[in-house]
Amino acid sequence: MLQQSIKSFIQQDQQIQYLLHLADNALILSHRNSQWCGHGPILEQDIALTNIALDQLGQARNLYQYAALLITEKTGISTTEDQLAYLRDVGEFKNCLLAELPNGDWGQTVLRNFLMGSYQFFLYQELQQLASGQLKAIADKSIKEITYHVRWSADWVVRLGDGTTESHARMVQALELLWSYTGEMLEPCDYEQGLIGTQSSYIKAAWEAKIAAVLAEGNLVHPTNDWMQSGGKKGLHTEHLGYLLAEMQFLQRAYPGLEW
Amino acid sequence: MEQTTNQLQVQFQKRVDEEQKIEPRDWMPEKYRQTLIRQISQHAHSEIIGMLPEGNWITRAPSLRRKAILLAKVQDEAGHGLYLYSAAETLGISRDEMYEQLHSGKAKYSSIFNYPTLSWADMGAIGWLVDGAAILNQIPLCRTSFGPYARAMVRVCKEESFHQRQGFECLLQLSKGSEVQRQMCQDAINRWWWPSLMMFGPKDDESPNSKLSMQWKIKRFTNDELRQKFVDMIAEQIKVLGMVLPDPDLKWNEQTKHYDYGEINWEEFKQVIQGNGPCNKERLEARKKAWADGAWVRDAATAYAAKKDIQKAKANSLNKETQQS
Repeated sequence: MLQQSIKSFIQQDQQIQYLLHLADNALILSHRNSQWCGHGPILEQDIALTNIALDQLGQARNLYQYAALLITEKTGISTTEDQLAYLRDVGEFKNCLLAELPNGDWGQTVLRNFLMGSYQFFLYQELQQLASGQLKAIADKSIKEITYHVRWSADWVVRLGDGTTESHARMVQALELLWSYTGEMLEPCDYEQGLIGTQSSYIKAAWEAKIAAVLAEGNLVHPTNDWMQSGGKKGLHTEHLGYLLAEMQFLQRAYPGLEW
Repeated sequence: MEQTTNQLQVQFQKRVDEEQKIEPRDWMPEKYRQTLIRQISQHAHSEIIGMLPEGNWITRAPSLRRKAILLAKVQDEAGHGLYLYSAAETLGISRDEMYEQLHSGKAKYSSIFNYPTLSWADMGAIGWLVDGAAILNQIPLCRTSFGPYARAMVRVCKEESFHQRQGFECLLQLSKGSEVQRQMCQDAINRWWWPSLMMFGPKDDESPNSKLSMQWKIKRFTNDELRQKFVDMIAEQIKVLGMVLPDPDLKWNEQTKHYDYGEINWEEFKQVIQGNGPCNKERLEARKKAWADGAWVRDAATAYAAKKDIQKAKANSLNKETQQS
């Protein structure tokens, strides 16, 4: 478990919460994508998705390291990236629900990456303008990677949406499943207000336009249901995250305090 | 005609003896081609199957740094598989045919990957011992007579030697850690040592493919020569870890200037090759499942590409018509 004093500090510090939110999104999405490694449908695409998982892991590490540095500076208690990733429980994770859902088939996986990657693209573009110092540097580096992630996943959404009858049907199903988890990304919560609150309606509009264009190109009908699931950003998750963390955190939990 | 083939064969052997590379369009004996297809595709399959035991720990890596290293390593293996499949394709076999041979059980892959990865220390032991053994097999292949294979191996070897150092560093960390971590480290070495020795293949006098491969310079050292090199290297390196190799007969021999080592369990070797290793079925099932589950994705990609080609052709002919009128 994370030290109680660090936990309390995080609960009061919106800047740290925001960094953890961004980091958790990247880490959990990376975890899901990494589950494909060795099991992809085409060798080249296995490599591509693993590469994306590596980029996302790198983004998560940059953000956790920065958050750990700030926590150490502000509390005087030495904190590391691994403590933040491995010692928080489900309720302390702040990722969007969309990131933690199981992979499903290849179509669902590429669609999730497209929906989430497009959001990250417009978000990080704004962060390049609005953030300063370390967070701006992280945004500058991440946007290059995310640009590729969006291009790759959008290509797949179009290819599968406009491929065969079966692939089209699978994409319709995936879209139906994932759509109600997209709204949460676009509605800023309290700790997001400070930095990107003013730009959130712009990000939302840009995201909607991008999604609409790619779905249309892939011959996919834009979903109409507008009831959205939410809670992840505030620590209220799906049942899936507990299993994900149990697996991910196993060694750190079973053998506390060791160096690996 | 007979004469011509003989002449070609003499010329071929002369080129090999002069250390010239044989390229895909060059004449080559059919047996040379078949031997290479068998060896390169087996090597490619080993890389792809080899992703599975290590992939088993990606989601459970104990730190973010270790996770990144492992993920990148397994991705490298996929890359090796890709170069090797491509090298084999230059000999006139398609990647799909090679997959088919793997899935049907006709083609083999390195037996080492039929052992389970039971603890985190296995990630270190695989890097150090398995990749270590692989490198000794592979370094001479950088000079192998078939050009595309030799060139692919240059890059593979660079990455493998990096993996071996990473594996050793992973074990070194454990060896300096708590009692539990040291036990984990020793246990992994105990389990991976003998299967690593088996990676060099049967003893020289029982290796059916060796002689011709040496003559054609596909191979440059015998199985036993390479195995001895490996034992000599690891017997020294393990001292740094403060661990022991699970072989009571391991002893420096002042006369031969090599380490003597105990008898390998060749019955186990045979059984694992025949499909009776602890994970043979799981490994192959995992690959077959990935291939079967991906069929609709590949079909869709092909259909989409065909649609785009037709659209492009239509647009082109429309353009031409417009220009003409």
